[in-house]
Amino acid sequence: MAPTGAGKTLAGFLPSLTALAERPPAKQSRGLHTLYISPLKALAVDIARNLEAPIAEMGLSVRVETRTGDTPSHKRTRQIERPPDILLTTPEQLALLIAHREAADLFATLRCVVLDELHALVTSKRGDLLSLALARLHRLSPGLVAIGLSATVREPDELRRYLVPQGPLPGTTTDAVAVDGGPSRASETPALPPMADLVVVKGGAAPDLHMLETGLTLPLAGHTAWQAMPAIYDLIGRHRTVLVFVNTRLQAEYTFQELWRINEESYPIALHHGSLDASQRRRVEAAMAAGQLRAIVCTATLDLGIDWGDVDLVVNIGAPKGASRIMQRIGRANHRMDEPSKAYLVPANRFEMLECRAALDAVEEAAQDTPDARLGAPDVLAQHVLGMACADAFDPLALYAEIVSAAPYATLSWEDFEAVVDYVATGGYALRAYERFAKIQRGPDGLWRVRDARTAQQYRMNVGTIVESAKVKVRLARGVRGKPGAILPKGGRVLGEIEEDFADTLTPGDTFLFAGEVLRFEGLAEDEALATRAGPGTDPAIPSYAGAKFPISTFLAARVRAIIADPFEWDRLPKQVADYLVQQRSRSLLPGATDLLVETFPRAGRHYLTAFPFEGRLAHQTLGMLLTRRLERARMRPLGFAANDYGIAIWLTRDLSERIALEPDFLEALFAQDMLGDDLEAWLDESAMMKRTFRQCAVIAGLIERRYPGQAKTGRQVTISTDLVYDVLRKHQPDHLLLRAARQDAATGLLDVKRLGVMLRRIQGRIIHKALDRVSPLSVSVMLEIGRERVYGEGADEILAEAEAQLLEEALG
Amino acid sequence: MARPISQDEDAVLALSARLEKAGKAPGLTLAGETLTLDLCGGLWLAEHRTLIVSDLHLEKGSAYAARSGQFLPPYDTRETLACLHEAVARFDPACVVALGDSFHDARGPERMEPGDRAMVAALQEGRDWVWIAGNHDHAVSEGVGGRYAETMRLGGLTLRHEPSADAPQGEIAGHLHPCGKVTMRGRAVRRRCFVTDGLRLIMPAFGAYAGGLNVRNPVYEPLFPAGFIAHLLGDGRVFAIGKAMLAKD
Repeated sequence: MAPTGAGKTLAGFLPSLTALAERPPAKQSRGLHTLYISPLKALAVDIARNLEAPIAEMGLSVRVETRTGDTPSHKRTRQIERPPDILLTTPEQLALLIAHREAADLFATLRCVVLDELHALVTSKRGDLLSLALARLHRLSPGLVAIGLSATVREPDELRRYLVPQGPLPGTTTDAVAVDGGPSRASETPALPPMADLVVVKGGAAPDLHMLETGLTLPLAGHTAWQAMPAIYDLIGRHRTVLVFVNTRLQAEYTFQELWRINEESYPIALHHGSLDASQRRRVEAAMAAGQLRAIVCTATLDLGIDWGDVDLVVNIGAPKGASRIMQRIGRANHRMDEPSKAYLVPANRFEMLECRAALDAVEEAAQDTPDARLGAPDVLAQHVLGMACADAFDPLALYAEIVSAAPYATLSWEDFEAVVDYVATGGYALRAYERFAKIQRGPDGLWRVRDARTAQQYRMNVGTIVESAKVKVRLARGVRGKPGAILPKGGRVLGEIEEDFADTLTPGDTFLFAGEVLRFEGLAEDEALATRAGPGTDPAIPSYAGAKFPISTFLAARVRAIIADPFEWDRLPKQVADYLVQQRSRSLLPGATDLLVETFPRAGRHYLTAFPFEGRLAHQTLGMLLTRRLERARMRPLGFAANDYGIAIWLTRDLSERIALEPDFLEALFAQDMLGDDLEAWLDESAMMKRTFRQCAVIAGLIERRYPGQAKTGRQVTISTDLVYDVLRKHQPDHLLLRAARQDAATGLLDVKRLGVMLRRIQGRIIHKALDRVSPLSVSVMLEIGRERVYGEGADEILAEAEAQLLEEALG
Repeated sequence: MARPISQDEDAVLALSARLEKAGKAPGLTLAGETLTLDLCGGLWLAEHRTLIVSDLHLEKGSAYAARSGQFLPPYDTRETLACLHEAVARFDPACVVALGDSFHDARGPERMEPGDRAMVAALQEGRDWVWIAGNHDHAVSEGVGGRYAETMRLGGLTLRHEPSADAPQGEIAGHLHPCGKVTMRGRAVRRRCFVTDGLRLIMPAFGAYAGGLNVRNPVYEPLFPAGFIAHLLGDGRVFAIGKAMLAKD
């Protein structure tokens, strides 16, 4: 474990290079010695290049090769017949390799496996998949040494367990009978689970980190940081190369556009995010590596990766979201240990100033808030089990022992394992309809075998845990000369891709930000969204499109609450934030560090409830949905709600202040923990997020076939929508493996239910209510979200009714 | 930067309430016959005490398992039959017409679970049951009761699976699985629908796993040269929506 920039990667190869150098030079292949796994294909290729130099300098006869999705098939075949000494690849390619018929021979000689950027891998389903592959490698090559390379994390022990086989834990089965009145034997300290050794490289120079102060008063909401653009531009002018990180693609688009608007010096400033055309991204990366760029505006796509360019400043716009996350971003500057990384945090609103302050403190103390270790996902396990059947016939007991040796699956029960095998074989349905089509079959010898070559082929097509949402290309259409409004269907260049879900919501004439421009949507033609450039000065009308939005970490949120609760802390805040908090204190209240402040007040003919749990947008959206349901039942007639990272606002027809005055327990009951019971279940089942989560699990587990880019889109008439499958399944077999997998994802993923549960426990008996006659300063911030975000709770029927009304108007008018 | 999108959900709710009062099940006249477009996706002809449903696609799940090794939940048949049962219990029809593609493929009836088979028999008891031939299940009726027909006349109406090009007045067909999409304020709602121009009517697919083909697809154009109204199946009622308000896919 070492801070970013410490040279971990090459260090990871040293033992292998030493061992290989000591071996007598071989005439023929000596078998695969070392495997290197990286989360990024480009990183594997880059490392291979960097390894070749020292190998050549030392005059070693060591063959290094990469294997990625781009490796041609003849080379892949050769790599299995005549393996290199060192192979660099990705988790997905490793999954394919261990499912290969020759896997046992290929990996028998393996001595060492190096897992790079392990901290980033283990937080996702890719980490689950990799852990299972690692368990297989440990079995194929006993004594294998696994080396994990990681940035600094909060719980290094979790990574240490990840690397080594987790046998059944001794000490857990000791009987608890007291002997001769003596102390119970169970009170002996249970043995610790096996862990890898830990080498810690102490952090280098402390980062040179500041909050960017523009002297301007910041708004109470919004994430664009428009007021900071001239200052950021100025910083670009005073540095060699600047990485400008933002949190969403929309912010990236906006920032890029604004910087160019004031780019009087014509500095080469580029844009990089996940929706842009891959070739365009490669061009930007190459230009950066060649030192041709002064700045790149980018999203999390550049959080990890290749050391390129001579970055001497990192600017992070918007909320830092998490301490570890911001430290890794800062580490992208000055990728050398002995020099401080220089970075600015740029808050976009007054709340983000609080969050930036909390992040600065956390960085100073080197506090970490990386997420907890994952519980292995059942859908990933299903994929793996099919892969293992493709490799060779398997004995279920032996495979089970192997799987529970992987840390994320260490607690998997035999029953759950059997359910997964049953799922792989016939879909795992209570109605045994598919026995005769079984994908894996158990022979009289008790071993499970894959049905046929087609099933194995299906497995290979489906491998991996990254489920890309269906995308639509955005093509610049050409206007027809002399015919305003008319466009030629094709001909312009492709700017990138947008999610199909987003394209679905566009109506011709809608304007949106994309690839650094404001575009006007003209319509869909086949699989492409056609767009023209909107005239200068056009505001984009569609506020956002899908893209990762991380919630604020629990750790930072607690720090923000603590700062608000302690007036002595306010001296360290920019004056405008301190003044704002003083105002809030005089007009309403300021909550203690573990309290929940709830305000109710009337405004413009409606009644409002605002609450400030500081638990992140995802948990708040779930909370808003559940509170709305309860208020509905209490006949308070809620109309909608809005949420941000810090709080929620709900608006209602009835007067909540009055109700609370009459019924003092009303609020405690409203926020009672039992909302996570039936209400949650009922809502989850209907929620679009849950359907999306289910689709991902269904694809990973091989229930639904992947759609590949370039593959002709089949008509909707013939593809089965996962939403239909979901609806039928939850009605007829609500405890099905894939529904359980989707619920497990919902607990920590898109819906953050787990965090909501912790919050509800925290606030019991700690709700502080203030009835006001007008909106408070604190509440203004979340009220400003109304109208910016889609209003949740607006049902499909309301949309349809409005469309129907248009028809009535036509008929009557 | 992002201009707030104007929306007044109060007005929308009020409007929807007004429309709701105007009648939950919109009536429609076609070739002199009165049709009720039911929220379940079936068509009720009170005068003939006849319920029409189209494109049940029974055993679609098992067809996928047999053909491509995709193990979709094998509950689509019972789900479809349960919805049909609900409608039959409500209307108590003297006759039920399944307007073709009742089974996803010709071997569908063989693969049907005994329980589902019994459900079909129970639905048929005491009433006339007509399987109209479809393109997926041409001439399937063996072992599943009822009688079989290529087309059927009912008063002034002609019932057939595929809409005919030379639009005879009063044709009721299925086959296309029409669905309509409404996009508004950054949200899209896509639902199955009835489509009609007052001369002919195309029914939505009834089957649990049946997909949909957008009514703005060019294949509908020759069938409705003068435009159409789509009746979308909402959550609480059926909504009549003009062609202009319907988005392409």
